[in-house]
Amino acid sequence: MASPSSTSIKAQADRRRVRVRASLGRRHLVEWLFRGAGLTAIVIALGMVVGLFWIMISKGLPAFTQATLSAEVTFDPDIITAGPPPVRESGQSEADYRAARMAWEGQVARLNWNALVEQAVRNTAPAGMEVDRRTALALVSNIDRHNLRDMFVANPHLLGRTVKVDLLASANTDNWLKGTINRDLPDSRQQLSAATRQLADALYADGKIRFTFAWQIFTNTDSRSAPAAAGLAGAFVGSLYMMLIVIVLAVPIGAASAIYLEEFAPKNRFTDFIEVNINNLAAVPSIVFGLLGAAVFIRYFGLPMSAPIVGGLVLTLMTLPTIIIATRSALRAVPMSLRQAALGIGASHNQTVFHHVLPVTFPAILTASIIGVAQALGETAPLLLIGMNAFVAAIPATPFDKSTALPAQIFLWQGNENRNFFEARTSAAIMVLLALMITLNALAIFLRTRLERRV
Amino acid sequence: MTSSHPSDAQAVSASSSARDAALHDVGATKPVLANPLTEKDETVRSPDLETREYRLQARDVCVFYGEKQALFDVSLDVPEKAVTSLIGPSGCGKTTFLRCINRMNDTIEGCRVTGKITLDGEDIYDPSLDVVELRSRVGMVFQKPNPFPKSIYENVAYGPRIHGLARSRTEMDEIVEASLKRAGLWSEVKDRLRESGTGLSGGQQQRLCIARAIAVSPEVILMDEPCSALDPIATAVIEELIDELRAHYTIIIVTHSMQQAARVSQKTAFFHLGKLIEEGPTEVIMQTPRHKKTQDYITGRIG
Repeated sequence: MASPSSTSIKAQADRRRVRVRASLGRRHLVEWLFRGAGLTAIVIALGMVVGLFWIMISKGLPAFTQATLSAEVTFDPDIITAGPPPVRESGQSEADYRAARMAWEGQVARLNWNALVEQAVRNTAPAGMEVDRRTALALVSNIDRHNLRDMFVANPHLLGRTVKVDLLASANTDNWLKGTINRDLPDSRQQLSAATRQLADALYADGKIRFTFAWQIFTNTDSRSAPAAAGLAGAFVGSLYMMLIVIVLAVPIGAASAIYLEEFAPKNRFTDFIEVNINNLAAVPSIVFGLLGAAVFIRYFGLPMSAPIVGGLVLTLMTLPTIIIATRSALRAVPMSLRQAALGIGASHNQTVFHHVLPVTFPAILTASIIGVAQALGETAPLLLIGMNAFVAAIPATPFDKSTALPAQIFLWQGNENRNFFEARTSAAIMVLLALMITLNALAIFLRTRLERRV
Repeated sequence: MTSSHPSDAQAVSASSSARDAALHDVGATKPVLANPLTEKDETVRSPDLETREYRLQARDVCVFYGEKQALFDVSLDVPEKAVTSLIGPSGCGKTTFLRCINRMNDTIEGCRVTGKITLDGEDIYDPSLDVVELRSRVGMVFQKPNPFPKSIYENVAYGPRIHGLARSRTEMDEIVEASLKRAGLWSEVKDRLRESGTGLSGGQQQRLCIARAIAVSPEVILMDEPCSALDPIATAVIEELIDELRAHYTIIIVTHSMQQAARVSQKTAFFHLGKLIEEGPTEVIMQTPRHKKTQDYITGRIG
């Protein structure tokens, strides 16, 4: 075997380098293209998220302020003719006093509170402007008469006095002043009469109508008679009940079944079958869970329709697979060495799982649970099938009361016929829902990092 | 129930003499081959380590992983208060055998053990024997240091706590201190007992694992290549420690390094392809192995 001369070795090395360089260019190009594609994808995705948020916030923010008329309201004794409230006399029984009080409140409720509102608007209007009844009542919301009545019932000493009260302007006035309706449209296509429009502009110029923070979004329930006063309180509480039910049921049941299946159950065909089914369950469309809820919880068990208890149960079923799958994969990720360390020192199987494996997986289980709950919170489709998209104008006192939920409320408002007012309301509701979700997710991240640092 | 503290090791050996009666019949049936070299595939046996007693004995142990047989008829006597090393090429079954002794193989799906392993004459595979109690008597140190992701104190205190070995907090503190001292770690960690055990260096972690194992006062300590993940200095520290521990515990160590076996052990068993080829005093195995395969392994021709 003759050794090759030094020149041929050099030539060989040069050829080799040329080849490597040729392939290098190709490899770098592929890498560059791939990075470029990835970066482009991220820019597009981020752009879409930013766009979505921009549209939602720019549309939703105006809904958080609403036109309010600060009016001088006189509690005119000519209109409020119910007399003073009953005083409990000595010797009068509690029941008798209550009956008298109820009778008085009924009397108060039947008074013509619209006349009071009308008078207040007329008094606040610029001097010399003729304001008829229709014009005055169209300017302010339907809720104001109820508010004035409640004020009086709470404080009957107001009788005969004149106080400054913030009256909520009607949704149409709000639209007109915010410019969410085209001011050039002919009278026939305007939401307000020419006189009311003129009055609104004049009061706004006077500074009598101002835009104030719309607390009613958070304190009121949905309202159809007074759209300006429609709020999320009922839906929020409904969602809260459902969330609590999901947390109380889905998290412990899900975590316990995952721990049993992963750590204790024998590996056989039956448990394989269960595993396959749990995985399939996670892929079942949510509306099917709604059908199930309607058939089983409402028809078979006779639970009330439109109630957070049923919604919570349906969402629990929907969230269970998510939590089980995430918990199982977290348990599976625990290194064998940790289990061996515990077993090797004489810990029983149970002690190994509960003293060592679970504490390590706890942050992951917690994160999975919170994300599952957040997902359930945003779910709408199954709620439609169990009647949670009904119009409910009360805050549910218990999970068995009729209620709606945040996403269902968004769905309802989106379809409201008073489009130009409820478009902003819908976006505002979405913002509230998203804020709740982001809070939950932030909590998950916070707890995870905190707990992980501890171990 | 063996719930003794490391400091009263005498009590352990005193009570062990009571078990001697049970030992005798096992010892009597111990096969002593007249001429081990005449039978080719039989284990080569050297004369006993004379004065030692054998509380841990394996007879015809076979291990199957599913269909595959990993260990063939291994019979081995483990001398008391001495270090026995199991050597052999990768996949020869030495770790499998080690894991039979505290029944860690139970945790492996499809693993089946036949034959007999006795500790003080008791068959450890007897259905009436509680594996948790067995593991409290036979501790284990693993190949990769695996401290619990808890504080140093908690790492050591965990075993005594679950076995109920400490009656009070001060007693627990004493156990932790004694174990860490015996593992040669006390001076390095005494000011940071509340810090996480995973924050220690590799060698310290392994000594922590040893402290954890001895905290429950086991009779036997199994070590599965305890130095394979450590640097030479940490290895030297651990080897020195093993040498000290042998005064109190029966130690079985699996090692890849012949030098390590020579340095730390008094008895050596050579495994090859699932069979125990030769066993005997370490110096005999290292210097005058009688079996061809042992010679080949010692001189580096297989492995």
